[in-house]
Amino acid sequence: MPSFFKQNPTLPGFGLTFGVSALFVTLVILTPLAGLLVYTSQMSLAQYWQAISDPRVVASYKVTLLGASYATLAALVLGMLIAWIIVRYEFPGRALLDALVDLPFALPTAVAGLTLSVLLAPGGWVGQWFAPWDIKISYAFAGLVIAMTFTSLPFVVRSIQPVLEEVGPEYEEAARTLGATPWQTTWRVILPALVPAIFTGASQSFIRSLGEFGAVVMIAGNIPFRTEITSLMIFTRTSEYDYPSAAAIATVVLGASLLLLFLLQVLQGRILPWQRPGA
Amino acid sequence: MHRPQNWRQWALIVLGATGAVLLLVLPLALIFARALSGGFGMFFDALAENDMRAAIALTVTVAVITVPVNVVFGVMMAWCVTRYDFHGRKILVTLIDIPYATSPVVAGLCYLVIYGLESAVGAWFNAHDMQLMFAWPGIVMVTIFVTSPFVARILIPLMQAQGTEEEHAALTLGANGWQIFRRVTLPNIKWGLLYGTVITNARAVGEFGAVSVVSGAIRGKTVTLPLLIEQLNDDYKTVGAFTAAALLACMALVTLVIKTFMEWRNREPGARHPVAPSPASPPVQNTTPGA
Repeated sequence: MPSFFKQNPTLPGFGLTFGVSALFVTLVILTPLAGLLVYTSQMSLAQYWQAISDPRVVASYKVTLLGASYATLAALVLGMLIAWIIVRYEFPGRALLDALVDLPFALPTAVAGLTLSVLLAPGGWVGQWFAPWDIKISYAFAGLVIAMTFTSLPFVVRSIQPVLEEVGPEYEEAARTLGATPWQTTWRVILPALVPAIFTGASQSFIRSLGEFGAVVMIAGNIPFRTEITSLMIFTRTSEYDYPSAAAIATVVLGASLLLLFLLQVLQGRILPWQRPGA
Repeated sequence: MHRPQNWRQWALIVLGATGAVLLLVLPLALIFARALSGGFGMFFDALAENDMRAAIALTVTVAVITVPVNVVFGVMMAWCVTRYDFHGRKILVTLIDIPYATSPVVAGLCYLVIYGLESAVGAWFNAHDMQLMFAWPGIVMVTIFVTSPFVARILIPLMQAQGTEEEHAALTLGANGWQIFRRVTLPNIKWGLLYGTVITNARAVGEFGAVSVVSGAIRGKTVTLPLLIEQLNDDYKTVGAFTAAALLACMALVTLVIKTFMEWRNREPGARHPVAPSPASPPVQNTTPGA
């Protein structure tokens, strides 16, 4: 019989720490998720299908996926730019910028949603510049994307930053001495090294955006079929005491995010490491 | 790192800084500008309102229970997966990421379905005079779920990088488990642990989605600060909403200051960990401990 341990424990405390960890994970994380599945399994297939394929719910899947995709793209562009200037250049305010990147992580999402919605409303500091052109940001799809971009920005920056620090300017200098143009250096030397980090950052922002609730509901206006996200659909069904429908939609969301998380783990472990510099 | 050398590099910096100002600095400035728009008098009046005081008290209570629970769990989890190698270790590390990937509303619903009055468990608790959902215990339970990964996620890479040589040395010198942890491990991880604690606190205080599902939003009873912001905003009480927002923003700023301080400590010469882990860094790599 194969042993439980791959390496016999020498340090004391295995029983206590493993016991507490396993108990906690079971009680706090696994039991509620299992409870949701058990609860949903009591529904008939027709009921289940009706709950998850309601046109308003299907529209909310599209809004959420589309919003999360745009937000991930936006966070990727801005995040790469910020990571690049923080790592490579010395300029006034650099340390402050570095510290502020984590703000969306520490700031409660309801606060982020409230302040962004006021900022981007037609009379707000930023919104007033868009109002004359009839561009609506708050209480529209654009606001939803901006809220998701805000909450996912730190994931991109913090994934890329350490790798960029690793691929120091030596690589670029080496490329240049070998006759590469700046364009070639960027595309052939820096970007390939960043691919795994970009991938990780992007998938984390995407997962985060799919589940974002507080920031989005405060700014999106929550118009059915247009700016209503799936999390809000679950919330609405719950407040209508329609728990079965809410649970059915929740299993769809949960399945999607767990699948993404799992894929991310597998990809990180198996496929991407070879691209890491020095590996 | 060098000073920018040509206009193209300066343009990149200006572009990135403009984005950061628009997305990060302006919202922050707006919170305080709005909260103080009616002067300090109105700010303190808003703070003194009964709903606000009840919300602050409830939010503090939730954090006071949640943070120690998750700190103890996070430390034990990190110790368990970085100090031993056993079958299922990778699974355990992956499981801790689940709350991270779960939508908070879904998390709230899971708890509602299990512990609500309609379920057997909820009915049992209710028969013993304990209402879990739509009451403060439910809020605490979902907050523990949502904030459970943070301490572990910060400590695992840190403890993995440190290896186990020092602990083993202490063991051969006759230290017991608690002495090893208290005298050897803890001093090495204290800054990471502090940051894990404050970020757990920040997320516990600010949790919105999961709490709004299980809270029932009973005014003065089950409304936390983030929920109060939404209620006040819906009632067009802007100053009140931004006053609560300013309180939470202050907490977020303190969190950032502590994080920056931790990074600065870790970058000092002689420190072994050049890059401070952030909960927003990539998920824990499944490498073997001590490797």
